[in-house]
Amino acid sequence: MISYVESGITVSVKVYSSSSEECVHDLQGHTDLVSGIARNPSNHLQVYSCSADGTVRLWDFTDGILIKTFIIGYPIYSIYVSEKHGGVVFVVVPMANDKSSELFQLVAVHLPRSGDQEVEARELSAVLCDVSPSPGAASFGREGEYVAAAKGLQLEVFFFKKQKFFLKPGIKKGSKNAFTCVSCHPKEDCIATGHADGKIRLWRNFNQKKEYTYSTLHWHHGAVNTLQFTPEGTNLLSGGIESVLVQWRYTQENQKDFLPRLGAAITHIAVSPDGSLFCTSHSDNKITIIQSCVKVSAIIQGLVKSEGVRTDLMIDPRSKALVLNGKPGHLQFYSLHRDKQLYNLDIVQQEYINEEGLDQFEVVKAAFDAHGDWLATVEERRQKGSELEINLKLWAYDEQTQSFVLNTTVTAPHEDQITAMCFSPSPETTMLVTISFDGHFKAWLLADHSDTKEGASWSCDFVGGYHLLKPGCCCFSADGSLLAVGFQEVVTVWSPSSWELLTTLSQPPGAIRDLCFGRLSCSKYLLGTSTKNQLCCWNILTCSLEWSTPMDVSLLQADPLSENIAAFCSQSGLFVFKPGEPRPLYSQRALCTGKVQHAIFAPRDQMLESCEEHAQWLNRSQLYFLTQHMVLTVFVFGGVFQLMVDNSVAVTPFYLLLGKHRLQQQQQQQEALTNPMAERIQLPQGSIAIKEVCLLYTPAHVLPSASFLCSMFVRSLLISSQNSIVMMALHPRGLFHQSCSDTSVQMETRRGSHIKCNFTTWFVLIQTTRPEFNPEHPVQELELCRPPHTGRVRIPILVYYRLHTIYSSPHTI
Amino acid sequence: MGELKVHRVRFFDYMPTAIRAMAFNAHTERLALARMDGSVEIFNFTDHYFQEKVIPGKDSRSIESLCWVGGRLFSAGLNGEIAEYDLENLRPKYSLEAYGGPIWTVISNTQGTQLAIGCEDGTVKLFEVLEEHIQFERNLDRQKGRIISLSWHPSGTHIAAGMMDMIRVFDVPTGHAVQRLLVDRGIGGSKSRETVVWSVAFLSDHTVVSGDSAGKVQVWDGHTGTLVKTHLVTKWDVLALSVSKDESSVVAGTSEGTVIQFQFIAPTLHQQDKEWVRTRTFKNHTHDVRALAEIETAIVSGGMDTHLVVRPLLEKFDEKSHASGLRKIHFPHRNLVSCAKKAGLLLFQFPGQLELWRLGDSDGHGKPGDRLPLKWKPEKLLLLKRKGEDHICCSALSSCGGWLAYSTVSSVRIYRLQTDNNISITKVSKLPKVLRSAHQLCFSSDSSKMFAASSQSSVLVIALTQSECKYVHTLKPKSGSRQPIHLMTTSVDGKWLAAANSDCEIHVYNLQKLKLHCIVPVYGSCPSAMGIHPTTNNLTMVHADQQLFEYSIVEKQYTDWSRKLQKQGLHNVWLDRDTPVTHVTFNPKNPNQVVLHDMHMFCIIDQSLPLPDQKTQFYNQMTLRSLSEQERPSHLHAFKICKTFQDLLCVSLLDDQSLVVVERPLLAITSQLPAPVRQKKFAT
Repeated sequence: MISYVESGITVSVKVYSSSSEECVHDLQGHTDLVSGIARNPSNHLQVYSCSADGTVRLWDFTDGILIKTFIIGYPIYSIYVSEKHGGVVFVVVPMANDKSSELFQLVAVHLPRSGDQEVEARELSAVLCDVSPSPGAASFGREGEYVAAAKGLQLEVFFFKKQKFFLKPGIKKGSKNAFTCVSCHPKEDCIATGHADGKIRLWRNFNQKKEYTYSTLHWHHGAVNTLQFTPEGTNLLSGGIESVLVQWRYTQENQKDFLPRLGAAITHIAVSPDGSLFCTSHSDNKITIIQSCVKVSAIIQGLVKSEGVRTDLMIDPRSKALVLNGKPGHLQFYSLHRDKQLYNLDIVQQEYINEEGLDQFEVVKAAFDAHGDWLATVEERRQKGSELEINLKLWAYDEQTQSFVLNTTVTAPHEDQITAMCFSPSPETTMLVTISFDGHFKAWLLADHSDTKEGASWSCDFVGGYHLLKPGCCCFSADGSLLAVGFQEVVTVWSPSSWELLTTLSQPPGAIRDLCFGRLSCSKYLLGTSTKNQLCCWNILTCSLEWSTPMDVSLLQADPLSENIAAFCSQSGLFVFKPGEPRPLYSQRALCTGKVQHAIFAPRDQMLESCEEHAQWLNRSQLYFLTQHMVLTVFVFGGVFQLMVDNSVAVTPFYLLLGKHRLQQQQQQQEALTNPMAERIQLPQGSIAIKEVCLLYTPAHVLPSASFLCSMFVRSLLISSQNSIVMMALHPRGLFHQSCSDTSVQMETRRGSHIKCNFTTWFVLIQTTRPEFNPEHPVQELELCRPPHTGRVRIPILVYYRLHTIYSSPHTI
Repeated sequence: MGELKVHRVRFFDYMPTAIRAMAFNAHTERLALARMDGSVEIFNFTDHYFQEKVIPGKDSRSIESLCWVGGRLFSAGLNGEIAEYDLENLRPKYSLEAYGGPIWTVISNTQGTQLAIGCEDGTVKLFEVLEEHIQFERNLDRQKGRIISLSWHPSGTHIAAGMMDMIRVFDVPTGHAVQRLLVDRGIGGSKSRETVVWSVAFLSDHTVVSGDSAGKVQVWDGHTGTLVKTHLVTKWDVLALSVSKDESSVVAGTSEGTVIQFQFIAPTLHQQDKEWVRTRTFKNHTHDVRALAEIETAIVSGGMDTHLVVRPLLEKFDEKSHASGLRKIHFPHRNLVSCAKKAGLLLFQFPGQLELWRLGDSDGHGKPGDRLPLKWKPEKLLLLKRKGEDHICCSALSSCGGWLAYSTVSSVRIYRLQTDNNISITKVSKLPKVLRSAHQLCFSSDSSKMFAASSQSSVLVIALTQSECKYVHTLKPKSGSRQPIHLMTTSVDGKWLAAANSDCEIHVYNLQKLKLHCIVPVYGSCPSAMGIHPTTNNLTMVHADQQLFEYSIVEKQYTDWSRKLQKQGLHNVWLDRDTPVTHVTFNPKNPNQVVLHDMHMFCIIDQSLPLPDQKTQFYNQMTLRSLSEQERPSHLHAFKICKTFQDLLCVSLLDDQSLVVVERPLLAITSQLPAPVRQKKFAT
């Protein structure tokens, strides 16, 4: 039997198998944040999901089919169901009909019985006013007789039979014991509440008379985030910031079991209906499946959102995984293709103590050598009133364990903060260069002690400096024969073989911020950016400045597989260019909100055969970047769909089917945009399109019959009659400036910069999945559409690129 | 407030002793409390937990258990005696040897006709309660091992007895043991140690609840002798149990200092079958909770850390009031310090001795808050150990410092003191026969007379001369009250004497005519402090409920200021204080000023200033300091309160306008206690 774990993630509900950890289905359909999911108590194969888009949807999660959509009309913040109340779901909606409202109420929604796919459920009856919108703050009691909701310092119990409120007086004010979560015992009248001071109170005897009483359990030292009774009520589970799952025996509360070291703070706990599996979701974007509080049986781990990415983004040359800071003191290896964390490498190797204001070791720098055999990490700890502690660690890849093993630890490699670190790409030597604010750079070599038993270890080979200036950045040339180190305004070029200062390059004013050698055919060029907004390109052969341009470049990133270099501007603009060519390959303003802080070219599994010239720079690699809002974004540029049947470039029927519907979607959105006064309508055909998308992901044995599919498929091959494409903005000079009415995102493209041919007009379509433009949820889909060429092509050629958000809010169960 | 030189006295090493036993009389709402030194205190719970009476201890007496029978109080202890107390004369009435070795516990049946005691030799002895006496009736079946705890079934037919490793249930009419409930030993290393059943409770549905040294609270079925439920509440001992009147709640006190409540609750609402569920935990003690009482609205607990805690059950209160606040009673509600205002001497009263100190002096000047350099240091002049077994119950020092007197329950001793150059003390040998013991002692301001509060609220007047002391007169109240006098004060001009007794009566005697002058109208709360004004002869009284009155002795009526104060009402902040005022003195230089103090503050009441109404800020000294000279008068009110000094035992104004503040920091008391049981603390 397969048990399923559902997790609501932003706009879709994902169904995971609890045994294989794989995502089984992705239930898409909500147009806004999915805020809660609940099993259908009358059918164990169905699940309700609610979303801020004002709908409750009923899904068959084993097949991944949307059964019904109930339109409530208010943004929904959480959903509760009870077995006794059939045909009714309880949702938390704002008191006033706007999103900014601070007050929320719990309402019962009577789901109308009708055969339609989409039903309006307008029969709402308020149950409790002024409740907390967080999903753990209300719970149904024994047999659904009452509902308990907690907010702030008050717990409210509503008995359905008597239609009576029972208000508990707020517990002592001033102390930090506000309610955080509630869970009701399934068999007895006992309400467990979690508190901000780490206590759990078990309330009993809460009848209308003021005879209630409570007992207190205290183990957590931080706030209790979540509480859950097991289905039989024999155990109570609690979790908090300590990342320990605590299992309390009901009525024997001094006996408790712990499952420690779950990695990150527990945010939610769910228990399978038979009580055999527990599932905890964690603040680091992780779902853990636990077998009855004994053993962790599976972990579904996304990209860990760490406090700040102080290491750059890196690509592990072996696994092609993205490497960055994960849990405190760890590096995470994250597979970009499978949206899954591969593993965690404990760098600091010290127990992490979860306490505020405690200074602990942090991984600040990491670097891989060219083959992925060596990993260098720098960790530092700055305590108030004491010196900076720095450790340089070198890790060797062990083929047998398939992971990195600590080889050398250098304590205090430099006297001050290490600002940059890189391995030499040369195949002959294994060399690491570290640059520090203490005015020196050091070269570390792998010394082979094959005569002793200890094996190879690293030692310092050379200490260099230049006029006691502070170095800021360093870069090896592609073949490893040159090392460029930026000492404030001066770039020094060294020969790593002899440690000779070959030349100095300088382009005042402004200190050098970033250095980058060109690759492949452009390896004679050295690029540098300065704090005074200069982008300079030096020719190493002539030792002269090739060109320079005033440009506020905050980040320079070279593609290892091509000559291309991506430069990110401070206003989050992107320029892609080859150092040898004066004209950029691609430029894009206002890529996203927030400054781009880190970027990396990740090599593709297979090279793309892109015919569009402006997109060719992405053929070999994909560009991932991380903004200051900690949103990891990938730059996908290139799905070029030509919907002419005679254009026979590997167009599979499904491919066509998909593309067609996407196209239709685009068109409708275009129409919606052209009429800004018109309301944003729900896409009437959206559900069909999505169903067909689902069709591709659905296992074959659960698909509808072939005859059904066939007719649908044939229908989709017919040429659509609606061919109305609306021009949005025309500009004869090809430079145009378009601001969209509802997002205020501005876009500008320069004519000819990436399209050579005779297209004269562009239009921009920006679709956000959230109506308001929120920096935490940046543009999730940004699409550029090109109108049809007037002469030759009848059906528009659609070019779109998509900013696909990988970072999402933590999983909710 | 003006500037005062303050003697901050911290050399009074007052050390209360641990609380051993407690008994609550629900009928009179009096709590009797026994301490380790054998003293018994009576608290009146209807009158703001005022400590009404103190029966001083005795060296040979130890009290293990207290028991009320109607209005009569019995105690039993490890000396093997049962004692009954005379609550009017504050002494044991009689004591009776039980001939069963040390007695661990004494209880009475609900009818109040019989007492049962549990003895070291394994016998439960029944005593018949007679009108004036108790009489041995019979033994129940003798058991092996001592009887630690007893509980009588409300019907009177059965007794549960907690022993070593077991509980026995006796049938009272036959005297046979009918049930034997075996109590498990602790796990681990304590397996070899016997489990002591420290406390049992027999409920009317024949449920037996026990608390034992293995840290368990167990619920037994008394009919069948089977264990119903075990609650492991602590790693240490469960020392005390108490059942609420309606038997819906049981509280257990542990060695960790926690009090744990168990309630008889139905697991599902509106159903009949109930079970005992552990609910709340109260932690107000650092050491063993040895004595517990669950009363109607609160849980009263006391133990090794010497203070009495009244923890109100908040769900029983509809609104916040003085009764819904947590009370901790640390200090006795009477004076242990006598101050000789003219001579600058302090007399400290301990149960076993008296200490006489001379205050230091300084001629330095400084800013407010500065420490002044001392010209000479305070000096202990005298340590006077009492004679005999009985503890000192009261003491007095004349204001000139020439006389010193103390009393125990058996004798009064008066000493002549010379403190000028060479210290000498001479006992006054011949005392009048009538002066056998005193509840209160007091000297007249010119030291020519001494007043001793005697039985039945009478006051003996003793004339003191250099050579002898002579009985003069007995002042008797007209009311015929039999209660003891707990407060006495004389006027400076020597004309008036005021005496207050536990019936809340205050009698004012004319000392020139040696007869009763008047009775102050009786107020419902016991006076906790009073004083006669040196110039106006107005009597200022503060009661246990914090009400303040001023009564003109000459005019035999309340003064205008007092009427105004009562009409306007005292400020809520004043009324909400939780410790009673224990001392009233006056400023001889400024007749408008009255100085009084409780444990947490002292207050100078300036009668010339306007009274505060409910809206004014009551503690306004900090605000006043921040205001300019011109703004201040508009913010002044009559109550000037200083909280700089804490844990006050005495505040008095000397004749040289310097203030004596006797502090006994609670931390100093705590540090002298034995170490509590070791507990694992988080993050250690």
